[in-house]
Amino acid sequence: MTTTVTPTSPAPGHELARIRSPLTAYRQAFAALLQRDLHVLLKSLPLFIVRTIMQPLLLMFVFTYVFPKIGQGIGGRDPGEQVRFTGVLVAGVVGLAIVFQGIQAVALPLVQEFGYSKEIEDRVLAPLPTKMVGVQKIVTGMVQGLVAAALVFPIAAVVPATAVHLRIDWPVLLTLAPLAGWTAASLGLVLGTRVAPHNVSYLFALVVLPLTFLGAIYYPWTTLGPVRWLKIAVLINPLVYMTEGFRAALVAGVPHMALGWIYVALLGFSVAFTLLGTDGFARRVVT
Amino acid sequence: MPAAPDPNAGSRPGPPAIISTRGLSKTYPGGIRAVIGLDMVVRAGEIYGLLGPNGAGKSTTIGMLTTRVMPTGGQAEVGGVDVIARPAVAKQVIGVVPQTNTLDRAMTVRDNLVFHGRYFGMSGREAKQAAAEMLERVRLADRATMPVLALSGGMAQRLMVARAILHRPQVLFLDEPTAGLDPQSRLALWDILEELHADGQTILLTTHHMDEADQLCDRVAIMDHGRLLALDTPTALKRSTGAASIVRVTADGDLHRLAGALRAEVDGVEDAQVLDGQLRLRASRTTGLLPRIVSASERAGVVVSDLSIAEPTLETVFIDLTGRDLRE
Repeated sequence: MTTTVTPTSPAPGHELARIRSPLTAYRQAFAALLQRDLHVLLKSLPLFIVRTIMQPLLLMFVFTYVFPKIGQGIGGRDPGEQVRFTGVLVAGVVGLAIVFQGIQAVALPLVQEFGYSKEIEDRVLAPLPTKMVGVQKIVTGMVQGLVAAALVFPIAAVVPATAVHLRIDWPVLLTLAPLAGWTAASLGLVLGTRVAPHNVSYLFALVVLPLTFLGAIYYPWTTLGPVRWLKIAVLINPLVYMTEGFRAALVAGVPHMALGWIYVALLGFSVAFTLLGTDGFARRVVT
Repeated sequence: MPAAPDPNAGSRPGPPAIISTRGLSKTYPGGIRAVIGLDMVVRAGEIYGLLGPNGAGKSTTIGMLTTRVMPTGGQAEVGGVDVIARPAVAKQVIGVVPQTNTLDRAMTVRDNLVFHGRYFGMSGREAKQAAAEMLERVRLADRATMPVLALSGGMAQRLMVARAILHRPQVLFLDEPTAGLDPQSRLALWDILEELHADGQTILLTTHHMDEADQLCDRVAIMDHGRLLALDTPTALKRSTGAASIVRVTADGDLHRLAGALRAEVDGVEDAQVLDGQLRLRASRTTGLLPRIVSASERAGVVVSDLSIAEPTLETVFIDLTGRDLRE
């Protein structure tokens, strides 16, 4: 695929672009598509921030500020339990923020673009293989997921009424966050290419809600022992591995799933979603 | 069914082929045969028009040549690149204006062009310069910083043309470029396409407007039910009808009987057929024709309420080939 083709000689008076080596063209187009997404993101940065922090902010506010203040017993009544719960929730909220970016940055725009705006049709004509346009969408979603995760940390530090004891395991955090971003963005690509515009409401009811409520955000997965069937059933939920992973990376003293399983599962989900998603993307744009 | 026309019919000798297809076919899942064994040659610098009614296979043909529709048979080369084997490379040499507005709504008019240039490997400076020149060319320079949603249909279409040629493609594809445009915007777009043509840009367009094909195209291929029925210059196609004029008669009464009467009695009427509730006559002579038609109709006991005479058009050619109207 690296040979250069000699173009047909142009008509007089009309100078045509020369055919560039495919690999150069792919690389340049991929980078430019990323730049385009970044350009659009920066243009709407305030909107992006609001959309990203509202959910974590409200979650943290209600569960770790209001509840302890009014003596509502979430996470236990004694202060030690509450500190521990805040830690549990911080990790959950970081995972949640990343998964939401996968839906908001990748899935929803694609549903729209395939459905009626058709804008994607032009980017598909950029000089690179169609599937790489899908991969580029994943990278954009991943970057947005990481930015979202970074925005959640200040909230976690400031909002809770109790002290927050984060003990950051940097090697784990720096490997796990991109991996979680990849999983979420590629899941977004799968959803975005398989869901028709008129089914978006089902997307929320059937995917987003179960994903989040059963994603071990409010409780560590390891504590699900008493509901054994649920403990096993939620293993198909990629968010479980993210929140468990962030617990390992951020919080001391909270039990979590073995790290090895977390990496294996997230990597497996990411690869599978990427294959499914890029395939779905190609099917949607080439008939 | 007439035999497929010679792909080089009506072509000036000399310029190299920019598009060539052999036996190009597309059968959609479910068995719909949209394009059947298409042999086609488009030469450098020409405007080639695919004329046909909706569903003729024109858009599928453009789709296959622009990597968006996967052919189920045959071969296609554009700008020396095998479109089927190397679609990602072929995208470098094509520019496409699709039927729907695919402008990037998140960006301004200018940024739509700048980023397009970047997709095609231009540096930031090159892209900005090319965008500025192009905005002048399609008369949108004063709209450069507007969001694309603020553009009228005609302006959006011109911007899409600008975007499609920004990277200097070997062929510009336009799928029904003036569908839905008001007459003034249509003329503005025709002007731009004619300027591009004068600069040597090779253009393939589809249309179901005979005027558009007649006015713009060097060669017109008439397409129906997935096949090419005729191909030549517009002038040669119209001449091929063999008629000096086409008369349309609107009348109350038995049109079929009238057709028989006019064929038999009026000198110069070669053929008469009922189409769309009108009687359509092909005539070899024009002089004194209309009065003779009116009096012959009266003798046949039919009251003529309207009568029109025109030179043969590409629509005439289409009707001769298919027995149907282009609008049907």
